[in-house]
Amino acid sequence: MGVKSWILPLFLLQILFGKFGIAELEQHTERISGSAGDVLEDDPVGRLKVFVYELPIKYNKKIVGRDPRCLNHMFAAEIFMHRFLLTSPVRTLNPEEADWFYTPVYTTCDLTPNGLPLPFKSPRVMRSAIQFISTNWPYWNRTEGADHFFLVPHDFGACFHYQEEKAIQRGILPLLKKATLVQTFGQENHVCLKEGSIIIPPYAPPQKMQAHMITPDTPRSIFVYFRGLFYDVGNDPEGGYYARGARASLWENFKNNPLFDISTEHPTTYYEDMQRAVFCLCPLGWAPWSPRLVEGVVFGCIPVIIADDIVLPFADAIPWEEIGVFVAEKDVPNLDTILTNIPIDVILRKQRLLANPSMKQAMLFPQPAQPGDAFHQILNGLARKLPHDKSIYLKPGERTLNWTAGPKGDLKPW
Amino acid sequence: MFHNNHGTRRSTAAARSSASGGLEGGGVGSPAASSASDGSSFRPSASTFWLLLHGLCCLISLFLGFRFSRLIFVLLFSNTIYTYTTTTTTTITSTRTETLTVSFPLTHTPPIETAVKPNNSAIELSDKMSNQGSSHSQVVVGRHGIRIRPWPHPDPTEVMRAHRIIERVQQEQRKWYGVKSPRPLIVITPTYARTFQALHLTGLIHCLRNVPYPVTWIVVEAGGVTNETASLLARSRVQFLHIPFHEKMPVEWAERHLTENRMRLHGLRVIRERNMDGIVLFADDSNVHSLDLFDEIQKVQWMGSVSVGILAHSGGPDRTLLTEDEKLNPPIPVQGPACNSSGHLIGWHTFNSIPYSEKSATFVGESATVLPGKMEWSGFVFNARMIWKEAEEGRPEWVKDLDKIGENGEEIESPLALVNDASFVEPLGDCGKKVMLWWMRVEARADSKFPPGWIIDPPLEIVVPSKRTPWQETDDLAGSKLEQDDRRFTRPKSRSSSKRKNTLPGQDN
Repeated sequence: MGVKSWILPLFLLQILFGKFGIAELEQHTERISGSAGDVLEDDPVGRLKVFVYELPIKYNKKIVGRDPRCLNHMFAAEIFMHRFLLTSPVRTLNPEEADWFYTPVYTTCDLTPNGLPLPFKSPRVMRSAIQFISTNWPYWNRTEGADHFFLVPHDFGACFHYQEEKAIQRGILPLLKKATLVQTFGQENHVCLKEGSIIIPPYAPPQKMQAHMITPDTPRSIFVYFRGLFYDVGNDPEGGYYARGARASLWENFKNNPLFDISTEHPTTYYEDMQRAVFCLCPLGWAPWSPRLVEGVVFGCIPVIIADDIVLPFADAIPWEEIGVFVAEKDVPNLDTILTNIPIDVILRKQRLLANPSMKQAMLFPQPAQPGDAFHQILNGLARKLPHDKSIYLKPGERTLNWTAGPKGDLKPW
Repeated sequence: MFHNNHGTRRSTAAARSSASGGLEGGGVGSPAASSASDGSSFRPSASTFWLLLHGLCCLISLFLGFRFSRLIFVLLFSNTIYTYTTTTTTTITSTRTETLTVSFPLTHTPPIETAVKPNNSAIELSDKMSNQGSSHSQVVVGRHGIRIRPWPHPDPTEVMRAHRIIERVQQEQRKWYGVKSPRPLIVITPTYARTFQALHLTGLIHCLRNVPYPVTWIVVEAGGVTNETASLLARSRVQFLHIPFHEKMPVEWAERHLTENRMRLHGLRVIRERNMDGIVLFADDSNVHSLDLFDEIQKVQWMGSVSVGILAHSGGPDRTLLTEDEKLNPPIPVQGPACNSSGHLIGWHTFNSIPYSEKSATFVGESATVLPGKMEWSGFVFNARMIWKEAEEGRPEWVKDLDKIGENGEEIESPLALVNDASFVEPLGDCGKKVMLWWMRVEARADSKFPPGWIIDPPLEIVVPSKRTPWQETDDLAGSKLEQDDRRFTRPKSRSSSKRKNTLPGQDN
């Protein structure tokens, strides 16, 4: 009896010590949970069903066949999402049981000789596609598109223009007023960002980035890294327009600072250099978003986001405030003070969050799709919006969309 | 009223392809028509007015040579003119350079740190352009000022803070991705006080300071402890042990190599007495090390070998050392392990000293090639436990006991004498393919003078005019220079005499 009486305390002590042992085993990554919870690794299969409309090939295959460059530029997500959905388990061939309807129309594939997409025909293409689905299936008219989603990855989303004032003036295409938009553009209180849109990262080629990986024990010796334009000499030679003057301010303030490795050069070691840097700048350009965010996350370089009121991809699943550094555009002249005053444990924590493989996976569009990648995050986002509110189903005869709204040029058939 | 560009295609923030200047080529036929057709809520007469204005601006741009902003008309005709608008006019009249934008905020009277107010008319315009019902963006579209702080240069405290951050980040990286459980290093260096000692030791000190592992430095000094060496070590900020050695360093190279070997053995005995733990490395003071070496040797189990690059310099100006055959296949000056295709040690590369045999230096300071020994000690590293007294469990049998070495007075040529079986030596550095340290011997003559401690005290008083003035003569520059050049190549003697002639008027100045 006397012996047994102190077996239990010994056992408890051992558990205590065991717990301490586990606590000391630090991880070099940290779990990520955003405002919607720890949802990065959710599996959308079984949580939603998507019906893919069969559009004539002039809306998709023919467009990409005419210009295969569309598969490599940063707007390629619209094409790859279509391909992913065609073979995904969430796809259903029975539209009656579908929660969401997807229209595969490639509106961002009209490229200039230099590879930049022109948005001038996009509204007409979209209109034509919507007219097609509304006449051939009853599901559009049932809800006027409230349970439909579209991918519009262009500069200002469904405003379909590359110039901001023009885009604001056009506004979102009136026919898409009720649909869910999946886009790369996100800025708070902006005309071109609708309530309930899902923001996605721009497409960055995963194989290319994978090919330039270096060993993680290469010491990070660059403090701040940036490669890109500061002045857009072709369109805004005086400066002040491009990037709202923020990039020009960056150059003028920090061109002499040895901590800032910034220039307009195009080095072949761009990806390798990012892996050797602690901070990577992601300032706005003509639009607030940039593939530099994706690259920074994949290469473990803390993104410094200089774009007022920007909405970042999957903002409800990824707590960007904890991962990146946000600097207001008016604070750019003090960027060195801001960055050097960040406490070191905050920096180390950000690096640990970035090292999380599910974080990197969520930013990529790999082919074939992998669990946790951006395709799955889009589906997770759509699943989180379910179930649909009963009010989206219109009563017979009820009409709210104005099919003749918008500039006259958009009404021409395509 | 719009901020209407000429419809050229702009890139988005991300398009790095834009840097290739591909924007100019983006001009398409449709924008003019589309801009006229979309969004224009004005009557046709207004659109022709704008067309005319557009044409006028194009003509002015052609005349001025850069894009003339129609903003100027807005500003001229609007009532809200702030002090900064005058600066916009000056920007247009001055040249289009980057300094232009720098001067932009400087003409402000209020301090520059305050934000430059964005164009007021832009706010009005964006108000008009946004939809009636929805809230418009807080961020204003349009031309903004470029904010530049008054002193756009780095602040030293911030730079130091940034370096501390980088150091800490790298430490964390090493913790996760580098060598797990790194062992401390014990570095043995034989040295003696001479002219070039400060040169060599300073380099080695800085190298050891940058090693990210704990270092104990055993400095064995020939001829006893001197103040020279002691003062250098005291300032080094490296943990060191200054051990005296009873012999003085001989002047002949062959003798010197042997004495150094004995000094190293002496250092090993110190380790054995104190039972120091870690990895033993031999760093000669004139060798050059790469920091990769210190990461690589952490992999050693018992005894390892690395490749040493031999930089045998030829002191004289003759460059005819290489024969024709050698020029085609230059001798690889590397000493180190040689492996077979499966990565096992099969032998050693040694330095081929045959070409230099006649012309090698015999005494220190002679201007001829200094040859290394057959196997340099610096190419070997081993676990300190290998030489401990007690037969530590795991200490292999192929290691000889340190006390038995050298007891018969035989000379220890290389660390291979410490082991019975050389095949157990581990080849490091990708089987010797990676060269991470270089052997070099550069010494001044043994009788050369140098100021003690390299401190010139009292300061120099005697000023001797130099043979050549470093400054050009002020009178008859071209002529005298030509004269000097001619004389230099033909009659060296008269050069100095003519220089003296020239210096006389120079001194008068």
